[in-house]
Amino acid sequence: MGLEAFLLLAAALFAVGVYGVLSQQSIVMLMMGLELMINGVIVAGGAFWYHLAPGTADGQVLVLVAVTVMALEMAAGFAVVTALYRARQVDTTDEAGDLKG
Amino acid sequence: MAVVAFWALAVLSVAGAVAVFTVDSMARATFALLVSLAAVGVLFLLIDLAYLGVLIVLMMVMEMMIMAVFMIMFMMNPAGLMPMTMVHGRRFALAVSGAVFAGLAALALLTPWPARRGTPPPDPAHALGMSIMGPQMLVMMVIGVAILATMIATVVLATDRGRYDRR
Repeated sequence: MGLEAFLLLAAALFAVGVYGVLSQQSIVMLMMGLELMINGVIVAGGAFWYHLAPGTADGQVLVLVAVTVMALEMAAGFAVVTALYRARQVDTTDEAGDLKG
Repeated sequence: MAVVAFWALAVLSVAGAVAVFTVDSMARATFALLVSLAAVGVLFLLIDLAYLGVLIVLMMVMEMMIMAVFMIMFMMNPAGLMPMTMVHGRRFALAVSGAVFAGLAALALLTPWPARRGTPPPDPAHALGMSIMGPQMLVMMVIGVAILATMIATVVLATDRGRYDRR
């Protein structure tokens, strides 16, 4: 299977993540959508390394960065949810729309 | 063999991703996400990235365990005993998601990708290690600072009150 197959998988994962981010009301579920989007980036990074430039390790470094971003995103997201819930017992996006506009 | 394994894992990964947003129970959604991420980790074994694949699987297992705890803390219906949907703007989200997939798939299929340069090294993990301790060290240093900053920021955000605001 070539590069295109991997990129199709990455596109599918990313698109499912986009759906989750746009549609979920719960902030925790929204973060799962973000995880899926980064998952797609990881697949694409690995595929680009193997199929286009395996001579250098740059693609692997990109995957490493994406994995780190995934972990940091989740940690920061949960801290924000904790702070938000502590301040006003809110855990859905609709009730935290102060900056909407 | 590799082709069969690729498509099986790809279907498993996308099915897990879809299941995250279709199952009722939040706990099940967490494990569906874990299936999706772990399938990608196993998929990396097919492209010689054994170290990164194992790293992804291990990290995601830990991450999903933590996520399950937060699920139970914050969700109104963690066990999924009552069927419920918690979505807004579903039609818009589906349309955007479909458009994103169509656009990315068209890019993937229509772009004239350049020819492969170089061959995979005998030990990609060794190459990665030499790279992040050599030419790519700046990336590693930025990641390190970002992790430290996130640790401080999360503790500050999550503490109830600071040292100086006694109430």
